[in-house]
Amino acid sequence: MKTLVYLIIGTFFGIVMYKSEAASWFRIYEMFEFGSFHMYGIIGSALALGVIGTQIIKRNNLKAVGGKEMELKPKAMSIPRYLIGGILFGLGWALAGACPGPMYVLAGAGFGSILIVIFGALLGTFVYGILKSKLPH
Amino acid sequence: MEWITNPWPWYVSGPLIALIMFALLFVGKQFGMSSNLRTACSIGGAGKAADFFKFDWKKERWNLIVVLGAVIGGFLSANYLSDNTVEINPDVADKLETYGITSTGDAYLPTEIFGTDSLSDPKILAILIIGGFFVGFGSRYAGGCTSGHAISGLSNLQLPSLIAVIGFFIGGLIMINFIYPLIF
Repeated sequence: MKTLVYLIIGTFFGIVMYKSEAASWFRIYEMFEFGSFHMYGIIGSALALGVIGTQIIKRNNLKAVGGKEMELKPKAMSIPRYLIGGILFGLGWALAGACPGPMYVLAGAGFGSILIVIFGALLGTFVYGILKSKLPH
Repeated sequence: MEWITNPWPWYVSGPLIALIMFALLFVGKQFGMSSNLRTACSIGGAGKAADFFKFDWKKERWNLIVVLGAVIGGFLSANYLSDNTVEINPDVADKLETYGITSTGDAYLPTEIFGTDSLSDPKILAILIIGGFFVGFGSRYAGGCTSGHAISGLSNLQLPSLIAVIGFFIGGLIMINFIYPLIF
């Protein structure tokens, strides 16, 4: 039953990514060129609702199903980790024109070449795991 | 049929993304896509090479099912819900033309980069692998990607997520403005 819920949420996510064109290389490039409000509108409106909803959850101490705490733990503070990691991610996002969610969506849409991007992403994750202790965090 | 195949405007898409995030919070999970890459490495045996991959990946099984759903969603959209073209700002399209990318408006992804014919070009192959590499490396280093930081983290007013998102844009702008002119 739970599996079905995750599958439905994922399928819905895939459709939203594709239909909103957030999974399109062209839209990502256009965003970084500040050529359209589209991507900013998507992220901005998601955030506006996200901030309001998260505040409602926290102020009313709402629980997840089964009475569990919601996954809203604060993140540990660091500047180098988020800034350097973020910049590296941004370089890849703009080069491949895809971030992790849309990668899977594009694979389903039948773009064979995205499998090479996913392979690169797995490799990058693996190399991070190896180097983790040597990097500033 | 156009009402089915037309793209969704931002004011429909954005709220639906927020809905997905809340649906996952409601079932006790967190919206974040890049952590699946770590899970996949663990399943592939990367725990032998680094402790970072030694964790109980079965606890992350739910997120792999979300990924499976995303694949299905992509399949359904491309085959039944879209004409698979993307219209962008004509000035941006003109600029892409100077880079030799002329498929703007005719395709969902540029055929010059994602077409199967392009795979025989070592430069294109390098773009795909290196682009993916930075996405994987950077998202794990930063502890999240667009979904984990830009949506979940910022919704929860997390300063670390704001720093990460600023980083995403610094990296993206460096790539588009300084590195694209060198590679295209």
